[in-house]
Amino acid sequence: MPKEILSPLPGTFYRRPAPDKPNFKSEGDVVAVGDVIGLIEVMKSFSEVKSDVDGKILKFVTDNEEPVMAGQPLVEIG
Amino acid sequence: MPITKLLIANRGEIAVRIIRAAKELGLKTVQIYSLADTESMAVKMADEAVNVGPPHAAKSYLNVEAILNAAKETGADAVHPGYGFLAENAKFADAVRAAGLIFVGPSGDAIRTMGDKVAARVAAEKAGVPVVPGSGGRIEDPVEALKIAENIGYPVMIKAAAGGGGRGIRIADSRAEFERLMPQASAEAQAAFGDGGLYIEKVINNARHIEVQVLGDGKRAIHCFERECSLQRRRQKVWEEAPSHALPQHVRERLCATAVALTEAVNYVGAGTLEYLYDDASEQFYFIEMNTRIQVEHPVTEMITGIDLVREMIRVAGGEPLRFKQSDVQRKGHAIEVRINAENPAEDFKPFPGTVTGLRIPGGAGTRFDTMLYDGYQVPPFYDSLLGKLIVWDETRDMALARMRRALAELSVGGLKTTKPLHQLLAADSEVQKAKFHTRWLEGWLESNAEKLREADNR
Repeated sequence: MPKEILSPLPGTFYRRPAPDKPNFKSEGDVVAVGDVIGLIEVMKSFSEVKSDVDGKILKFVTDNEEPVMAGQPLVEIG
Repeated sequence: MPITKLLIANRGEIAVRIIRAAKELGLKTVQIYSLADTESMAVKMADEAVNVGPPHAAKSYLNVEAILNAAKETGADAVHPGYGFLAENAKFADAVRAAGLIFVGPSGDAIRTMGDKVAARVAAEKAGVPVVPGSGGRIEDPVEALKIAENIGYPVMIKAAAGGGGRGIRIADSRAEFERLMPQASAEAQAAFGDGGLYIEKVINNARHIEVQVLGDGKRAIHCFERECSLQRRRQKVWEEAPSHALPQHVRERLCATAVALTEAVNYVGAGTLEYLYDDASEQFYFIEMNTRIQVEHPVTEMITGIDLVREMIRVAGGEPLRFKQSDVQRKGHAIEVRINAENPAEDFKPFPGTVTGLRIPGGAGTRFDTMLYDGYQVPPFYDSLLGKLIVWDETRDMALARMRRALAELSVGGLKTTKPLHQLLAADSEVQKAKFHTRWLEGWLESNAEKLREADNR
């Protein structure tokens, strides 16, 4: 059973810090607790999403600029 | 060409406001919406509604192709852009007109001229409107820059020509500091915007934000007096008034006359706002920019003049001449608007989307609440946090403040955290009661009143 990083907030998920910047993380990258994997925009205010697990990113289950609910999975970690 | 069917290219409270004005004019209405707004008040109120895309604004409310298709499908003959989103996008205004539709607002060229800070400044100076002393345009040569800074006097602001949103701004209090900061600012501008061009402006300390409402029909313009919006947090207005309590009558007359001159100089069509900084001590005002759209805080002007600004902008867009002479526009009493946002002021204004329960809307004499809320409405997290605007009018400013305190106590928005407690504290504050504030005042007040805001949250 892979672990998951869940969205802490409802809003819009971004994989990049800015439209012209590279993604925070890619599939296959190793992440540690506290690593930033994306941003959630709630009413024009941006919050970082940090990993709460160690492991390797198997898959982003939420795409860039997709709407998310609080508690919705963003990333699968192996 | 008269308008018969108006498409509203916006959402939230302003969409509701525009639909109301359109219905009063006998127009049919078409509301566009994203998938997050299927249950919105505007969708329920409009004659027709068209989905233009997913929640993300770039794919819906900013999707020009989908919006123009919606207009075509429904046979709308005009587009009202509201504020925000595409309201000041010159290309959108051009595209609407190229599609054979009426854009409720000025020409693309007027938006371009007044939207470009340097071009707007040049137009203002030409029309005899005072501007903040500065370089008057971009400047690359450090020797030339220093000469200008010495001339206008410190403190001066160094801004990136290509910047925006407060990025790339530095303030120098002395010649030594200026010489140190100038190269830094240029390097930062180069890195951030790929353009090291800068411009220099005098810092007007403790200034008030005062703006003049104008209406134009392309030939003639009138003003509807001023608003004061000095209470701001992070350059966002939170509390607005009309008229300004600080402005002597002779200054008001000059200020409003310059606004009309500039509006006529650019053959402006529609509702617009000229924003100024105002210095109490010297009684000087300085033009900063023009907003070429209806503004959030337009109701305070409506309350003191009795003119429905949204209705008037639709009429002139349809080709009617202005129905008012300047002498027809009289002001009476005092109006105050507070912005009720889905934010918790006790927690650094953290956004707070959710489902509205137990909604109670204030009423009674001189009280207006512009909102898109209803009981059970789910406030989506994807857009602005503005839930509504509480506006009161009364004979005097003191009476309007008392009415605001009464109306705020009536307002109840359950299920969410809102900025209501902030406004209750402000309306009871002795400095606010004396209108002793400037554009940086609220930030300091928030720091010294953090404890009170937390207590209000826990009650």
